Amino acid sequence: MELANIEKLVEKYLNAETSLQEEATLKNYFIEGTIAPHLQEYESLFCYFSNTKEEIFTKNIQLETEKPRGKKLKWLSVAASLAVLVSVFFGSQEYEKYQQKKTFAQVSYALNMLSLNLKKGERVIAKVQTYENRINTILE
Amino acid sequence: MKQSDFLKIVFPFKNKVFRFAKRLLVSTEEAEDATQELFLKLWKNKEKIADYKNIEAFAMTMTKNYCYDRLKSKQASNLTLIHSNYQEKETSLDKKIEYQDSVNQVHRLIQKLPEQQKIIIQLRDIEQYDYDEISKIVDMQPTAVRVALSRARKTIRQELTKTHNYGVS
Repeated sequence: MELANIEKLVEKYLNAETSLQEEATLKNYFIEGTIAPHLQEYESLFCYFSNTKEEIFTKNIQLETEKPRGKKLKWLSVAASLAVLVSVFFGSQEYEKYQQKKTFAQVSYALNMLSLNLKKGERVIAKVQTYENRINTILE
Repeated sequence: MKQSDFLKIVFPFKNKVFRFAKRLLVSTEEAEDATQELFLKLWKNKEKIADYKNIEAFAMTMTKNYCYDRLKSKQASNLTLIHSNYQEKETSLDKKIEYQDSVNQVHRLIQKLPEQQKIIIQLRDIEQYDYDEISKIVDMQPTAVRVALSRARKTIRQELTKTHNYGVS
């Protein structure tokens, strides 16, 4: 491509009068050809354009992100309610056991106290018995 | 319409949508999210798609509007975009770093342009749409598109000449 032609195209390019084909010609010139010194500032511009076009969307397009989330939520709620049920069941069992232990402890404490007091009473009664015996022997 | 049919239709322009979103939203992650979101929207409206003659232009318009919305909500929540991923896809290794710098400079220059010119440069110089398609996508008269494009190209040229002549980067 002649230099004069390229210069003309550059001028048209700046005025946004170039067609797509002409712009492709310019791009080719600046990317491949040896560039005239006074046009060198355009090199980075056109290189940038073609570089940028190489950037691609690498992820997969997902069209149904909603559904799996809904499903997951469902299973999660089922699991959660199960967990609650199980813990309530075992919890109540544990609680009952605890309650039983507590009443057993209270009862045994009370019985203990009772027997202690009864023993005290017995001792006192035994003393009284000996006094009585003495008095009886004296009186006789 | 089946999923596979839909994907066959949208596959050819998914990269264009992605690059367009990235031009406006800057960050790669944001652009990926936007692309994903957009195709989901298109898929949900798949009944209507058949009525559009030019699905690609329609998708690009949707992308533009979606990105504008994203940008607006960002501003509303006081988040600023971080221009961290300037690094464009690496070119072949034998090219010089200096050259890479000047290419990055073009990227910065384009990002500095007014939104509308940025979009038009993207659509014309990178994606090579014709003027009719661009005017449909941005909802402007073809002549107005040309004026904006010419302005954008001249601004970039001016900046490039400046740094080229003085060696300032």
